Amino acid sequence: MERSGYVVEARELVKRFGGQAAVDGVDLSVPAGGCLGLLGPNGAGKTTTLRLILGMARPDAGSLRVLGEPVPERAERARARMGVVPQGDTLDPDFTVEENLRVYARYFGLHGPAVERRIRALLDFAELAGRAQARVQSLSGGMRRRLAVARALVNDPELVVLDEPTTGLDPQVRHHLWARLRALVAEGRTLLLTTHYMEEAERLCDRVVIMDRGRVLEQGTPAELVARHVEPEVVEIRAARGEAVPALPGTGACRIETVGDVRYCYTHDARPLLAALEGRGDLTFLHRPANLEDVFLRLTGRELRE
Amino acid sequence: MRRPPPPPRPHARALTVWRRNVLVWRKLMGAALAMNFGEPVLYLLGLGYGLGFFIGEMAGLPYLTFLASGIVASSAMTTASFEGMYSVYTRMVPQRTYEALLATPLTVDDIVAGELLWCATKSLISSSAILAVAALLGAVSGWQALLAVPAFFLIGLCFAGPAVVMSALAPNYDFFEYYFTLVLTPMLLVCGVFYPVDALPAALQAIVQVLPLTHAVALVRPLVAGLPPEQPLLHLAVLVAYAAAGWYAATALVRRRLVS
Ligand SMILES: Nc1ncnc2c1ncn2[C@@H]1O[C@H](COP(=O)(O)OP(=O)(O)OP(=O)(O)O)[C@@H](O)[C@H]1O
Ligand SMILES: [Mg+2]
Repeated sequence: MERSGYVVEARELVKRFGGQAAVDGVDLSVPAGGCLGLLGPNGAGKTTTLRLILGMARPDAGSLRVLGEPVPERAERARARMGVVPQGDTLDPDFTVEENLRVYARYFGLHGPAVERRIRALLDFAELAGRAQARVQSLSGGMRRRLAVARALVNDPELVVLDEPTTGLDPQVRHHLWARLRALVAEGRTLLLTTHYMEEAERLCDRVVIMDRGRVLEQGTPAELVARHVEPEVVEIRAARGEAVPALPGTGACRIETVGDVRYCYTHDARPLLAALEGRGDLTFLHRPANLEDVFLRLTGRELRE
Repeated sequence: MRRPPPPPRPHARALTVWRRNVLVWRKLMGAALAMNFGEPVLYLLGLGYGLGFFIGEMAGLPYLTFLASGIVASSAMTTASFEGMYSVYTRMVPQRTYEALLATPLTVDDIVAGELLWCATKSLISSSAILAVAALLGAVSGWQALLAVPAFFLIGLCFAGPAVVMSALAPNYDFFEYYFTLVLTPMLLVCGVFYPVDALPAALQAIVQVLPLTHAVALVRPLVAGLPPEQPLLHLAVLVAYAAAGWYAATALVRRRLVS
């Protein structure tokens, strides 16, 4: 492991496109082991941050070490020990499932019986053993993503970087992938992933970093962030058929946010409000614990981005 | 203005990029070879026999030999150009293959070097195939013609660089039409493939003498015809210079497109 105990150490990282800063002074420390989630709305700079870490974009300012190597100067050495699942699909359509893994291993200088064994193990891991000879174009979206994850593991990486690994997948595939990713953490690898799904971050990540407009807004464990930024209980209230929610007794101790026809009441004690809602057949409501999504919306705002 | 971009610095692992393309080519070898043979063979049969009937000899050679030696050289040019444009662009942009490669220890310099070597390899394969057909048709004088095979590789390398430059600049596939119409087709017509360069007006000859295809044809033709080549070092030097300049420019521009 790296002497510092961090597999990624970014200081004051800046990346501009034209005059616009996509990454604007990011400090990021990814501890070895476990999973770190990079969260942020569309255009927050998540993909750009990952590209900087991979040495696929050159920073305009700041310093960066990945697995102890200075990046971009020695990015090739860092990448030899990393696996990458990119946003979207970069599988090689000219090859079968199995050939994708074999050809990719060659790019790392890996071949021979050990690699063949690893390929078989990875096909099992991704539950693609039955499709080893299939052309990549014939695979479903879920299979392609599983193959992309398997491909990212051919070099037995210490650090696996995943850019929105479950976007566009159905719930079955998503749960399957989550289990696979947790298995990677259990093997001692470090995961750095971006996601728009707060549920995914809460299930997978020990730590999360929330970005917006190229800057880091907040970081910590999901529970810490919830405790720090929002009240522990939430009551969501909706009126029948698009009418506005009327004023209610018992909301005095609540922090209220209204989005469209829904009223969110954040509180330390929901009992008075729940008592007031008792017997109100004209309103539907949901009482739940606060979660990371509440924190995310609190920090990045509720207005639309794009 | 900034400093000029540093020269290409590929590693040995660039060969894995070349190898990737060999593996894909092997899968589709039949169709690929048919494509490589098809058009030039039609030229040889149609023009060589048809025109040859009327022309008889050109520049002291049977017309079929004259034409075949021009076509093996120009085919090395077109093969490398097609591969460096359509195939490289496909891997660079819609297919995002290079993005996947750049997540491994490979660098842009490795990718460009591997692709240029592959373009040149493809030129070698297709021109050799045509040379074999020409030999069957009796257009080749003897075993000396085998010396042209390494020249096919060099000619391919010489045209691969500019083609990859076009790919690095292209907003879409249509862009390549300009290069074919403005650069490759004129060269095909004036560089001595179908008739000797001396037939051109003096002013045009001066221009033609700096074009790489002229030197490619001048190098290959005597080898195919069984004559001693004139000024082989000059022709080699021109081809090597174009190959080096193209390699440098291609690497600099693909770096700019992929790693900004
Ligand atoms: N190559 C580029 N050229 C110009 N602008 C870019 C480039 N790449 C990213 N940007 C801009 O930088 C900003 C951050 O983009 P980035 O892709 O890093 O966001 P993201 O957080 O990954 O968003 P998403 O969740 O939509 O994937 C955006 O405004 C984007 O338009
Ligand atoms: Mg992104």
